[in-house]
Amino acid sequence: MIPASFDYVEADSAAAAIAALAQHGDEAKLLAGGHSLIPLMKFRLAAPSVLVDIGRISDLSYINDGGDHVAIGALTRHRAVETSDMLASEAPLLKHVASQVGDPSVRHRGTIGGSLAHGDPASDLPAALLALNGSMVAQGPNGERVIPAREFFTGFLETALAADEMLTEIRIPKAAGAGWSYQKFNRRAQDWAIVGVAAVHNGSTGVALVNMGATPIVANSVESALAGGASIADAAAVAADGTEPPEDLNADAEYRSHLARVLVERALTEAQS
Amino acid sequence: MTAVESGVVGTPMVRKEDPKLLTGEGKYVDDIHAHGELWMGMVRSTMAHARITNVDTADAAAMPGVHAVYTGAQLQEMGLWIAPLPCAWVVTEDMVNPPHYPTAIDEVRHVGEIVAVVLAETRYGAADAAEQVVVDYEPLPAVASIEAARDGGATAHSDHSTNKAYHWPLVPDPEALDAAFANATHTIKAEFIQQRLIPAAMEPRGVLAIPSPHGGDVTLYSSTQVPHILKVMVAATTGIPEHKIRIVAPAVGGGFGAKLNVNPDELLAVTLANKLGRPVRWTETRSEAAFSTHQGRGQLQTIELASDADGKLMGCRVHVDADMGAYMMLITPGVPLLGSFLYTGVYAVPAFGFTCDGYFTNLTPTDAYRGAGRPEASYAIERAMDILALEVGVGPDEIRRRNYLGDGQPFENLETPGSLVFDSGNYGPNLDAALDMAKYSELRAEQQRRRDAGDTKQLGIGLCTYVEICGLAPSRALGGLNYGAGGWEHGMVRFLPTGMVEVVSGSTPHGQGHETSWSMIVADKLGIDPAQVTVLHSDTAISPLGLDTYGSRSLAVGGVAIAMACDKVVEKARLIAAHQMEANPDDLEFAGGSFTVKGSPDKTMPIQAVAFGAFTAHDLPDGMEPNLQEQVTYDPANFVFPFGTHVAVVEVDTVTGETNLTDYIAIDDCGNQINPLIVEGQVHGGIVQGVAQALWEEAAYDADGNCKNPSFLDYLVPSPAEVPSIVTGFTTTPSTTNPLGVKGVGEAGTIGSAAAVINAVCDALSPYGVTDIEMPATPRRVWKTIQEAQS
Amino acid sequence: MQVDATVNGQARSAEVEPRTLLVHYLRDDLGLTGTNVGCDTSSCGACTVLIDGESVKSCTMLAVQARGEQITTIEGMASPDGEFHPMQTAFMECHGLQCGYCTPGMVMAATSLLKENPAPSEDEVREGLEGNLCRCTGYHNIVKAVLTTSQNDQAFWGNSGVAGPTGGA
Repeated sequence: MIPASFDYVEADSAAAAIAALAQHGDEAKLLAGGHSLIPLMKFRLAAPSVLVDIGRISDLSYINDGGDHVAIGALTRHRAVETSDMLASEAPLLKHVASQVGDPSVRHRGTIGGSLAHGDPASDLPAALLALNGSMVAQGPNGERVIPAREFFTGFLETALAADEMLTEIRIPKAAGAGWSYQKFNRRAQDWAIVGVAAVHNGSTGVALVNMGATPIVANSVESALAGGASIADAAAVAADGTEPPEDLNADAEYRSHLARVLVERALTEAQS
Repeated sequence: MTAVESGVVGTPMVRKEDPKLLTGEGKYVDDIHAHGELWMGMVRSTMAHARITNVDTADAAAMPGVHAVYTGAQLQEMGLWIAPLPCAWVVTEDMVNPPHYPTAIDEVRHVGEIVAVVLAETRYGAADAAEQVVVDYEPLPAVASIEAARDGGATAHSDHSTNKAYHWPLVPDPEALDAAFANATHTIKAEFIQQRLIPAAMEPRGVLAIPSPHGGDVTLYSSTQVPHILKVMVAATTGIPEHKIRIVAPAVGGGFGAKLNVNPDELLAVTLANKLGRPVRWTETRSEAAFSTHQGRGQLQTIELASDADGKLMGCRVHVDADMGAYMMLITPGVPLLGSFLYTGVYAVPAFGFTCDGYFTNLTPTDAYRGAGRPEASYAIERAMDILALEVGVGPDEIRRRNYLGDGQPFENLETPGSLVFDSGNYGPNLDAALDMAKYSELRAEQQRRRDAGDTKQLGIGLCTYVEICGLAPSRALGGLNYGAGGWEHGMVRFLPTGMVEVVSGSTPHGQGHETSWSMIVADKLGIDPAQVTVLHSDTAISPLGLDTYGSRSLAVGGVAIAMACDKVVEKARLIAAHQMEANPDDLEFAGGSFTVKGSPDKTMPIQAVAFGAFTAHDLPDGMEPNLQEQVTYDPANFVFPFGTHVAVVEVDTVTGETNLTDYIAIDDCGNQINPLIVEGQVHGGIVQGVAQALWEEAAYDADGNCKNPSFLDYLVPSPAEVPSIVTGFTTTPSTTNPLGVKGVGEAGTIGSAAAVINAVCDALSPYGVTDIEMPATPRRVWKTIQEAQS
Repeated sequence: MQVDATVNGQARSAEVEPRTLLVHYLRDDLGLTGTNVGCDTSSCGACTVLIDGESVKSCTMLAVQARGEQITTIEGMASPDGEFHPMQTAFMECHGLQCGYCTPGMVMAATSLLKENPAPSEDEVREGLEGNLCRCTGYHNIVKAVLTTSQNDQAFWGNSGVAGPTGGA
């Protein structure tokens, strides 16, 4: 359980990291907190020949007031997100979801950008970004672009980031006073969700699902039903529609679908109360 | 250094072991290094059953820092062993016991079986090189479950015609058993699955073998529970003369049965170190442990009970199909037998019969895991009693009361249906204490309230009155079961010239606190301070005689041996003191660490002064040997039978199927206690391991024999967040087996808890028509069971 | 490459491969074997150490990521004159350890927990230690030890080389 050898490159700025990616192409991986990548490398499920360490880029760790949104540097650690006063008032869902990632030691090292860029359908933060209608700032050789969260997760462990792009900032629309809920169902506290549901109610309702498909997904059928005036119960009843839930030791598709319906109902009830 | 009347036995003394372990001073095998050591890396089979058609080691051997690469066939040709890995418990004369060598030669029979080994200069280099060995296989049909093994078709060993390894019956009176069922008012029959478990001691196993190329001796450091047994077995398998082998078990990070084996890695390290003339080491990775260390449980049980109209038991009939895995390891076939005698539990059952069939599968071998056969037995009878209670229409407490051995009154030396003599018991008051502490009637009222309200979170209350057989011991009894060794234990106690005491323990700890408990026993026996006692153990060069630690035997056998050695020390000291004080030995009283002449309180002699006199030997009685050192090898006349009542309270979310263990109350009785702090700790840990079987843990295999959850990501050892604090209490019914009146407690918690939890889950769901649920009671399984019961 | 760090208050250095895990740097290169390895998936927490007073799993960090950091291992918890850190004392007095293998990581995680939440409830202790597994104790006495320590947080922080709740090493 030891990573394969690699060449180590330390980047002291986003530009340097992007240049390294451009130079090494697919052979390179970015290392932020390492809590998604290093476990894969230890099992040699990932064996990049070049590791570009972005963990020391000091100006990408912040939680700032961006006017109509909160701007979070990609290298901000989960611990900083879960203890942020600004997020407590402007996006309490995100603050709470950050506190549900892994365990405290993981949260001390893992970064919000690393987690989102990994794009794991079973992880917590992507669902929060989807429900909150956040966006990602990607920096590449040709400058910055903003990618809506709802267009970011493109496939299993794949995102809209190009090979030579780096996620630098996460933007969350301010929503002080919005109702919210995060329902995480697992068997051990430290584990990934078997199914999770993030919901935000702020006039309209955003709902996203954890571990109900190959990517983190928006609960489109639920959102449509609610937009059409459906009751919570009726909206929850269609929670699994259009999803392709995975099967594993904890749950088959039937049980995951059931959990999605139950948890969406609980989340909507809490968010709208 | 004054002798004191310490009176520490029975007090919660903090442990002597802790300062080292709390500071990083404790040395586990992976912490110990030898100059010139080579790291061994294992190339393990990726197939459950296959012929090896080619092993290409060239790329691995060519890597920098790689010292050697050997295939299984090459190792076999090198003649490193004279016999296969040992099975010490050949349960029947015709038991099938296929040869099991440290590495596969031409056929692999479980995923993870070693196919080749690499030896490299570094930890990382060994991992890299093992990856570069390419093995070609020709797949053979895999037997991936006990059902598949039993039902015919493929065989786990291609040269066998059947997977059956043995049939073992314990049916004292078949006619009486049939008659009991024929005449019964109520009969119930239940089938239970004891899923495979991964023992998961927190310290992975590891070895370091240090050879002496010119001296011819070899030292093996191993994370083992059984250094003494290992020494004999290394000699028997490698041909290295036994007196040239030294085994050291340094700090050992938990065992739970998983470290009582003789493993391929241990033999490979010793033989390759000798062969290469360099130290050889290996440390298991967690994910590797699912293959490199044996697993526990793996049984299909059928239990039938017969009772009269009042629920009074008339008969109990049990059959077990047991999964041996791919090979017989040290006591693999005997594990179900350890439970066989306990399928009637704490109950008076006039007629009893037990049969067991052992089967081979293409899975990791099974062997002892905390409780070894007894949690399985306790689970079956305690689940069955709840089912019978429903059938008869009485409460789970009442069905138990009506059937307790001794009618719920105290008893001693009572013969049981399983042909044992229980040393002592007193089950009624123990149950009362548990129900009282659990506030049982209040719980039932709250349960009713939720049922009436149609609450989605239903309350379940589960009882279990367990008894276990431990203090594995009487050598004659073990011989009668064809066990390959005795059950005695050795202890030695010696005064050093300065008055300090060294104890040599044959029983070897791996977390149980032997150093503390033995010091307490010795302190009280000799009237000294526990701080003046050191306990030496776990190194065959220091403690040459011992049968090690398993089966909750350390205190009831090894601890008693040490207490008896203390008595011998005092008796010798009495002769010396009498000689030097010119008194009759019978006129000396020994108390508070001093001998005093009766009637002359000013004529006293501390035992430490006696010890110094024994050392100088200037003035000893004629013919007496110098020094104050005595040893005892103790072979008890009987086992010991601890018992207790556990109450589990669960809240089941009937919508999601999630079970939350909210309260756990345990009233245990392990006889007299040496250190209540340690006893309680053993109870806590044991309970959580049993709860883990009930709710979280299962080694899951696919149809091809691949373990689907070898790592801690998917094999769900519970964390602090999943379990509640545990309410403990004790009754005290001293054992009649030994002079200390002690029983064992290491496995008790595990033996009581799985049944209590599943009884609670079934109790919560009884309004839904649910009568049983398989372990582990995962949310999905609970939800599906409710769905099925409702449809 | 060279990895310099301050470990238990002392400047330490070793030349390692970039892939070297922090736990192996501590154990194999610096000889600090108190930090254990219990799994390979960041699940068990046996390898927990403190970096700037915060718990991290040293099996899921590369040594190069720890360059220049202040690292505390179990060997650094007692004061130089041998006096135990209150968390060590509490584990001993509450019998919060049996085989001792999870103990160093458990002590470090618990210390970090109390730094962030000096007076936790029982549930908060249990949740706060969710990333640390023990097979011996059933956690009962570990939780008790942490709660015992938290009730006297003045003594707790006063005797420690580890940064207290108000910061500063």
